[in-house]
Amino acid sequence: MTDASAEVKAPKPSAVGIFLEEVRRSSLLIPVLAIVSGLLLGGLIVGLTSKSFYEVWSTSPVQAIGNGVKAAWESYVTLFAGAFGTPSRIQAALESGDALAIRRAFNPFFESLVKSIPYMFAGLAVALGFRTGLFNIGVEGQIFLGGIFSVWVGYTFTGLPAFIHLPLAFLAGALGGALWGFIPGLLKAKTGGHEVINTIMMNYIAFRLTDWLLREPMKRPGSTNPISPIIEESAKLPRFFEDPIRFHLGFFVALAVAALVYWFLFKTKWGFDLRTVGANPRAARYAGMNIVKSTIVAMSLSGALAGMAGANELLGVNYNLSQSFSPGYGFDSIALALLGRNHPVGVVLSALLFGTLRNGAVRMQASAGIPIDIISVMQAFILAFIAAPAIVRTIYRLKEPKKAEAEIHVSGWGGS
Amino acid sequence: MSATTSTFEMGPVYVPQARRRVLGFVFLGIAAFIWFAFLRGVDPTMNTSMRLYPGGSTVVVDDWVFRTQNALWVMAAGCAAVGAFQLVRGFGRRTSLAFAMVGGMFVFAFLSWAASGGTLNLAGMLRIMVVRSVPLTLGALSGILCDRAGVVNIAIEGMMLTAAMIGTIVGSISTLWIGLLGAVLAGGLLGLVHAVMSIKYRTDQIISGTVINIFAVGITSFISGKFMQPMPQFNDPGIFVPYEIPLLGQIPFLGPVLFRHNIFVYAMIFFVVFLTFMLFKTRWGLRHRAVGEHPKAADTLGIDVFRTRYMAVILGGMMAGLAGAYFTLGSVGKFDQVMTAGRGFIALAAMIFGNWTPIGAMIAGLLFGFSDSLAASLALLRVKIPSEFLLMSPYIITMLVLAGVVGRGQMPAADGTPYEKE
Repeated sequence: MTDASAEVKAPKPSAVGIFLEEVRRSSLLIPVLAIVSGLLLGGLIVGLTSKSFYEVWSTSPVQAIGNGVKAAWESYVTLFAGAFGTPSRIQAALESGDALAIRRAFNPFFESLVKSIPYMFAGLAVALGFRTGLFNIGVEGQIFLGGIFSVWVGYTFTGLPAFIHLPLAFLAGALGGALWGFIPGLLKAKTGGHEVINTIMMNYIAFRLTDWLLREPMKRPGSTNPISPIIEESAKLPRFFEDPIRFHLGFFVALAVAALVYWFLFKTKWGFDLRTVGANPRAARYAGMNIVKSTIVAMSLSGALAGMAGANELLGVNYNLSQSFSPGYGFDSIALALLGRNHPVGVVLSALLFGTLRNGAVRMQASAGIPIDIISVMQAFILAFIAAPAIVRTIYRLKEPKKAEAEIHVSGWGGS
Repeated sequence: MSATTSTFEMGPVYVPQARRRVLGFVFLGIAAFIWFAFLRGVDPTMNTSMRLYPGGSTVVVDDWVFRTQNALWVMAAGCAAVGAFQLVRGFGRRTSLAFAMVGGMFVFAFLSWAASGGTLNLAGMLRIMVVRSVPLTLGALSGILCDRAGVVNIAIEGMMLTAAMIGTIVGSISTLWIGLLGAVLAGGLLGLVHAVMSIKYRTDQIISGTVINIFAVGITSFISGKFMQPMPQFNDPGIFVPYEIPLLGQIPFLGPVLFRHNIFVYAMIFFVVFLTFMLFKTRWGLRHRAVGEHPKAADTLGIDVFRTRYMAVILGGMMAGLAGAYFTLGSVGKFDQVMTAGRGFIALAAMIFGNWTPIGAMIAGLLFGFSDSLAASLALLRVKIPSEFLLMSPYIITMLVLAGVVGRGQMPAADGTPYEKE
């Protein structure tokens, strides 16, 4: 707005011009362009690797390009149909009035929401870390610890009423994640060991620990597979619909936790302290803030949020622990948190996007034969464009922003 | 210089004196543990025998048989002696070496005890250790090349994975050697991407590395699922066969362990020696390190910081590419999804444990390779220690090193900070 008034002397700008100017300078533009570029480049790879492209390329390149674009377009149509459902099918189901058919028709949409829940928790974990100056790459391991703790509580205690058992199992998951965040936090605060390396190492320790637990102490009796017992009914997150819709209470828990994180970070003194330590540790120290305590608390909280992602998956969807219950939610959530500008609202929106993409990609893999891993490629592109806004600005010829963007810096890894 | 978040001087001031004592007591504690846990329960008449040639070897030597009890006494006494010296005088700069010695003695004591009354194929185990250490050491060298010039490289894993796949595809449609070249170039290309992102666009180097890691997992699994699994002709590059070095390969025990490998093991040894020389004895190395320690001073003296960093990261990528080629062309001869399985991060750990030096990295790589090989042969021994715990050890050791428990590493001072010309 200030722009328009400052340029009074300039030739009268049209309303559209002002709007475009605002859009070009807005901080929302970079994330949107990053998503668009990621989808385009993902489509490019799908097109280039489609059979109709490379088999025709040597005879007729023009036709091949047409085929490639068509293949990419068709796979995105499949992806979004897989993520939201097909209108014609929904209509047919509604007309038939069959309850099961209606649930099946709406299932893709709800499944996207289900897939976005762990992303919300994990994204909040990474975002809280970044806001407090910590790069938590250990979310994946913390998710596993959360899963281990919650599943153990879920199948060990029997006969508890659900209103005790479920919160207990969920909080146990948070505790497990917090423990896995606490250790690197403590090491960072007390010895200066960089949290990036320590959390990476903690990831792999968590994986090996899971392998062992599923091979020995937590193995389901009588099973030959590395898989834990099934949790009690009283520990399951309630679902709102009958099969096949898996939409469960965790979605609203995640929204509530996001609101809580927002309130904590931006409306309380503790949150302010943590953010100050993250933004400028030196100033925080002169202001008398306890940096050691802040670092430990921040890493533990971040770990607790990640642990909730694991608890949510196992109490709401899987009901038992296996080695592959997380398809890399923790690693994806780094891109996700940065896409959401490390703000709880942004994280929730990005999580919905990532959940939608992942769910759609599952269907795309099944029906169009395109491996789901294309999602990771897209996420890598999105992350690259978000982390280096200069690249996006170069590609789309955008102007420099008015104020310097908060660059993400993690610094070298000696710590001190 | 752009704002960095974690240059806070915090935590208790580090007291070397106290650490020296603590470490001395730790060594004595290990000696006591050998006595308490192993020695007391051993039957005095029991023997341990160690086979000194791997299976299938033509050079056959007699098994090395000794009284278990005697070996344990020697090891316990050795640990106690090192601990006592550490308490009284201290090893100073060689503390890591002392730690490695005690660790080695402990492992030997453990093996003697675990194999007591049976036979352990020591040569076979050491041979596997050497083989398993190849990707770790080469990966660590990649990290050293980048870090020494001030660019953090956590993308070793992604570079190795991509190179492993490209090497397989290129090797399948052409020859093995061209496949190797393809793998090295693929690594170099990702190095270039990392360099452009972190040097030109000044993306945070850890995020840039994360981008490459995520991208590598995605693209290799995608191509593998789309092309290599349905069309096995793209997944059959063959394997580099072992080559026995004349004369050296005939040495009993050492020959089969060290000198009958494929080119990757020899490449590892060559590059460790070569890089040590290049980094620490040549003008090129001095400039390279200067850029990592104090880029501004280096710039003032006329060294092109950007060019040096670009070269370092591209060379580092190529080294990671070589490490990646090992997984397919040097080991199993086909590509599987996410087959590097976190080895790139163990390589990172080896680099830190090796204190950013090539020789240190190789020692660390051998140590971590040994824990790998030990985990594989644990099932054959009579003790039941879950192999998963052994596989955790590289990660735990790295965290201890970073925490300063086991000798404080000296990382390049400007590691991780982007350089801006003023």
